Amino acid sequence: MGQKPILEMKEISKEFYGNRVLNSVSFTLNEGQILGLVGENGAGKSTLMNILFGMPVITQTGGYSGDVIIDGQKVSFNSPFDAIAAGIGMVHQEFSLLPGFTATENILLNKEPLKYNFLVELFGSRMQTLDYEKMRHEAIKAINKLGVNIDPDMLVAEMPVGHKQFTEIARELERANARIIVLDEPTAVLTESEAEILLKALKKLAKEGVSIIFISHRLQEVLDIADKIVVLRDGKLVSEIETNKTNMKQVVEWMVGHSVDSKAKDSIKKNISDEIILSVKNLWVDMPGELVRDVSFDVRKGEILGFGGLAGQGKLGIPNGIMGLFPAGGEVFFEGKRLDISDTHKSIKKGLAFVSEDRRGVGLLLEEPIDWNISFTAMQVQEKFLKKLFKGLIKWRNDKEIEDIAKFYIKKFEIKCTSTKQIAQQLSGGNQQKICLAKAFVLDPKILFVSEPTRGIDVGAKKLVLEALKEYNKEHGTTIVIISSELEELRSICDRIAIVDEGKISGILPPTAELEEFGMLMVGSSKQN
Amino acid sequence: MKENLNNINEKRNFGQALKNFIDVAGWPRIIIGIFLILLFAMTPIAKLRLSTSLSDTLVRVGMNAIMVLALVPMVQSGCGLNFGLPLGFIAGILGAILSIEFNLTGLKGLFSAIGISIPFAVIFGYAYGQLLNRVKGDEMMIATYVGFSSVSLFCIFWLLLPFKSPVMVWGYAGKGLRTTISTQKFWQNSLSDILSLRIGETFYFPTGMFLFFALLCFLIWAFFHTKVGTAMTAVGSNPDYARASGVSVDKMRTLSVVISTVLGAIGIIIYQQSYGFIQIYNGPLYMGFPAVAAILLGGASVHKANIGNVIIGTFLFQGILTMAPSVINSLLQTDMSEIFRIIISMGMILYALTRKTKGNR
Ligand SMILES: Nc1ncnc2c1ncn2[C@@H]1O[C@H](COP(=O)(O)OP(=O)(O)OP(=O)(O)O)[C@@H](O)[C@H]1O
Ligand SMILES: [Mg+2]
Repeated sequence: MGQKPILEMKEISKEFYGNRVLNSVSFTLNEGQILGLVGENGAGKSTLMNILFGMPVITQTGGYSGDVIIDGQKVSFNSPFDAIAAGIGMVHQEFSLLPGFTATENILLNKEPLKYNFLVELFGSRMQTLDYEKMRHEAIKAINKLGVNIDPDMLVAEMPVGHKQFTEIARELERANARIIVLDEPTAVLTESEAEILLKALKKLAKEGVSIIFISHRLQEVLDIADKIVVLRDGKLVSEIETNKTNMKQVVEWMVGHSVDSKAKDSIKKNISDEIILSVKNLWVDMPGELVRDVSFDVRKGEILGFGGLAGQGKLGIPNGIMGLFPAGGEVFFEGKRLDISDTHKSIKKGLAFVSEDRRGVGLLLEEPIDWNISFTAMQVQEKFLKKLFKGLIKWRNDKEIEDIAKFYIKKFEIKCTSTKQIAQQLSGGNQQKICLAKAFVLDPKILFVSEPTRGIDVGAKKLVLEALKEYNKEHGTTIVIISSELEELRSICDRIAIVDEGKISGILPPTAELEEFGMLMVGSSKQN
Repeated sequence: MKENLNNINEKRNFGQALKNFIDVAGWPRIIIGIFLILLFAMTPIAKLRLSTSLSDTLVRVGMNAIMVLALVPMVQSGCGLNFGLPLGFIAGILGAILSIEFNLTGLKGLFSAIGISIPFAVIFGYAYGQLLNRVKGDEMMIATYVGFSSVSLFCIFWLLLPFKSPVMVWGYAGKGLRTTISTQKFWQNSLSDILSLRIGETFYFPTGMFLFFALLCFLIWAFFHTKVGTAMTAVGSNPDYARASGVSVDKMRTLSVVISTVLGAIGIIIYQQSYGFIQIYNGPLYMGFPAVAAILLGGASVHKANIGNVIIGTFLFQGILTMAPSVINSLLQTDMSEIFRIIISMGMILYALTRKTKGNR
């Protein structure tokens, strides 16, 4: 490992519309070093990296102050293209792939090897055609470097979310001159086994001399892989330290400013009735990348049922199908009555609610304020937050009530924002997730489906969210079905855990079952053949 | 010392306020606004009367404003700019000529025209909405074709429909509608003249027309404060979110198209009552573009528009369109105002369209 500093960020400060989110942050990164960047939701991690990568959001909001120094030279990137030219690659927190193109095309976007033909002589290099064979070859090479199994010819739109992430990472690796790679929460959408593969690949890369900045809320990962840890809190640097000189507990304390016990409180045994609230028979769902083939299960009133399994096996398809967001079939009975699963409106009205795993695509109105985001569904389906004028002829939006409910949840979930009128797009990833949860809670559902509820949120917030779900379950008797890639999370809050493999349930276990048993179910059928 | 500080503070506050104003208003509007003020300031040099110029501008604003307002619902629901506005105009023309055929005059004639046109607009809008729901993503291009082809289709009907009123049909043939029909003997200015203001010989303010526009603005504003209006905005903002919240995306889009078409119909009738003529055949063909240009100049983007954009945009667009040709004309002492008008109008449309993909935030 070289000791030469390749990147230095010096006294970086940044304001968004008068709201200071970075305050004189400095750190250095050496050649071949892996730097773990951690901090609570909204601490400023993504913003700091966006500055490094020359993202337009930064320039459009008034730029930043401080110096970015690469190889001893002060640089200032006006666009990501400049950053790429300087050897920086970045995998963003949110995907930036072209859904209608294949893995190969995405990986080699703008770096396509070109074929020479005679038209080039006449009309210049724009007449070169794409060399598909070569492209495919290069793409496979990049994918193999990561040690994963992705079909290079698959359309991104049809990929399970984990594969999308790998495609995106492969794209950054493919850049021949990449010397610094920034990964903003790359593992948030990956299962534990997938994350391991990625971490291994990163370590290998670092050995080859590439420097890596790695952002994650899974602190164990960071401690495992990073040589050095940088902790941000409220936009300030709290600590820059060699990994072997610190530990998990200390890092968490630095992050939140006080000590947290990371285990969720153990709940008192509650009574789950024998009454079956939801019964699903032979459900199939045509959700690209998360196909559900044939799933049957019962949910008892008041329980927390978990769905786990590897990415792409269909666990996410289950709630999406039941809520009518993708074509689906089979029989679903809710409180003993047949439910028309194609009618989302009716389902919500009857007391089902869903927090989607796709928070930017389905979960949020990115261009609208926080209070709209939280109240909209309840307003449309349950007619809450409306004033009835002229004997109900006109249903007038009650902006005051909308604001109040938003304030309530901002406080309850500790959502970091400037006001209830802030646009959802401007929130940090984790805070957006909290908005999605608040939206479902406002509905006061009888049964709540939550997909990946803690994806991308920090330790403190994770505890908060899981506690909120538990509390909600206990106090309101709300039945909760939680779908998660994190087995640990499921085990900490569920009463039963079903594992989904190849579009079917391969088994249901109590949370106290051994890890190996879960592992067997996850890879069960595919290994047997 | 203290005073000094205060002074500095004040200066800073002023600077901040100015910056905020520029941020909110946007440079294009400020520049065009300044240009417009310059044009008004040049009226004495060009030997034009300021009062006449102002009055002309205001009348044109009133004439066109509802057609611009008609664009708001579809922008908000995510259908983009309604280049198919001519469809609404056709509904309006149908209402107008039927009211004349029935020999209705004054306000009664005008509101009958509106009343008759609405069912047509609803039917047209519904069918048009269904079509747009099938071409999500390409709405604006399809809309342009809908506008063009409906105008062409109705050229046939204008010839064939058995209208009798001698003011409307070609004198010599005794059948087929004329290209322009005068509303003068029926309901010209019947709305504009209500409570209208006349100062001196040259200044005229069409109060009634503005009141009616204000009423429609209020209705649209109110609509977007209701449950359905909120749903429509959400559909435009993120259709997947709306669908997951149990809102029917297609229904909301269709509704927005219907409202837009109805407003288009009303808009053209108000235009006719002020202009004094009903233009048929190819008349409505290009009348959608100025409306689109106006709302874009007003600061709307393809997926967000509000009533402020409508008012500011209409005023700027119509202001320049009224003032520039006449000022240039009298400065150059030629009579090419019609040519200038076309050049300026097309130029502004072109400019506005080039800016259309940029958001206004
Ligand atoms: N475009 C923007 N406009 C206004 N404020 C913004 C914008 N982008 C980010 N912010 C604010 O900056 C702060 C830091 O956000 P950032 O995305 O850097 O957090 P983060 O550390 O990456 O959090 P997370 O772990 O949740 O992703 C937040 O309070 C956020 O609301
Ligand atoms: Mg982030």
